[in-house]
Amino acid sequence: MMLLSMLAVTTVGVVRARNLFAVAVLSGVYSFLMASVLIVLDAVDVAMTEATVGAGISMVLVLGVLHLTKTDEARPVHRALLPLFVATVTAAILVWAVSALPPFGIADAPIHVAGPDYLARSLAETGIANVVTSVLASYRGFDTLGETVVIFTAGIAVLMLLKRTPSGRGGESS
Amino acid sequence: MRLDVILRITAKLILPMMLLFAVYVQFHGDYGPGGGFQAGVIAGATVILYALIYGLGATMVVVPVAVVEALIPLGVLVYAATGVMGLLTGGNFLDYSHLADDEVHGQEWGVFVVELGVFVTVASTMVAIFYAVAGRGRR
Repeated sequence: MMLLSMLAVTTVGVVRARNLFAVAVLSGVYSFLMASVLIVLDAVDVAMTEATVGAGISMVLVLGVLHLTKTDEARPVHRALLPLFVATVTAAILVWAVSALPPFGIADAPIHVAGPDYLARSLAETGIANVVTSVLASYRGFDTLGETVVIFTAGIAVLMLLKRTPSGRGGESS
Repeated sequence: MRLDVILRITAKLILPMMLLFAVYVQFHGDYGPGGGFQAGVIAGATVILYALIYGLGATMVVVPVAVVEALIPLGVLVYAATGVMGLLTGGNFLDYSHLADDEVHGQEWGVFVVELGVFVTVASTMVAIFYAVAGRGRR
């Protein structure tokens, strides 16, 4: 509860602040708080990812980009109506999607059926004690292959946009 | 550059431990929290910290750009090749059961190699993005 209210305060701070440096630091704070929440929820693997990626790498990258731009947020040129509309529609779709989830606390929801099933099978079938790893890399190996390809794609996309070629071509706009 | 003695000495102490921790997270992922993704990010962060303290030029000598960019697709290829190995040894795609003599051992091998692929791609992508962003700030 304490952590969640701190999360809410940080979010308001991120939205309110106009200084981008403050926003970057606050989003790092947000990531650490989120990691703490995930530890409370016993999701240690996800907490580790959140702390390293959210608070570590992306902070450095955001600060690096900040070095290239101004530190204060520019005043918006357009009215906020269209983004507001898009955000509202997206939120509505998400809320609508929640209605397709199994009812809260029902006994035969997938988490109560597949979860114990994995817990019972994992060590005998794969010899791996951490069920998160065995589900991630073995039972759901195809999903993880997709995630790796996503990271690969994101990486080369950023490189295509930002990289300066040694011969001086490409991205040499300024 | 010469004045930040504390930063440089602290970084010198902390960098090997970060790398060691990345390796620990990678190989202990079967028993504790962690795995290829987290270890890759930590290893990438090690290189980034080195670059922040000692400068981009010194880092690109240790970890050349060409190597990093070759490693990004290599990780995905290692992962996919493990899947194809499953096909070749008589199972389904990404079925590790036949990679070794008995099924459990084959699963362990499969997960190990696959996590290695994830590690390589994640670590090199993080470093490559940092190089791209930091390289634009220079000159």
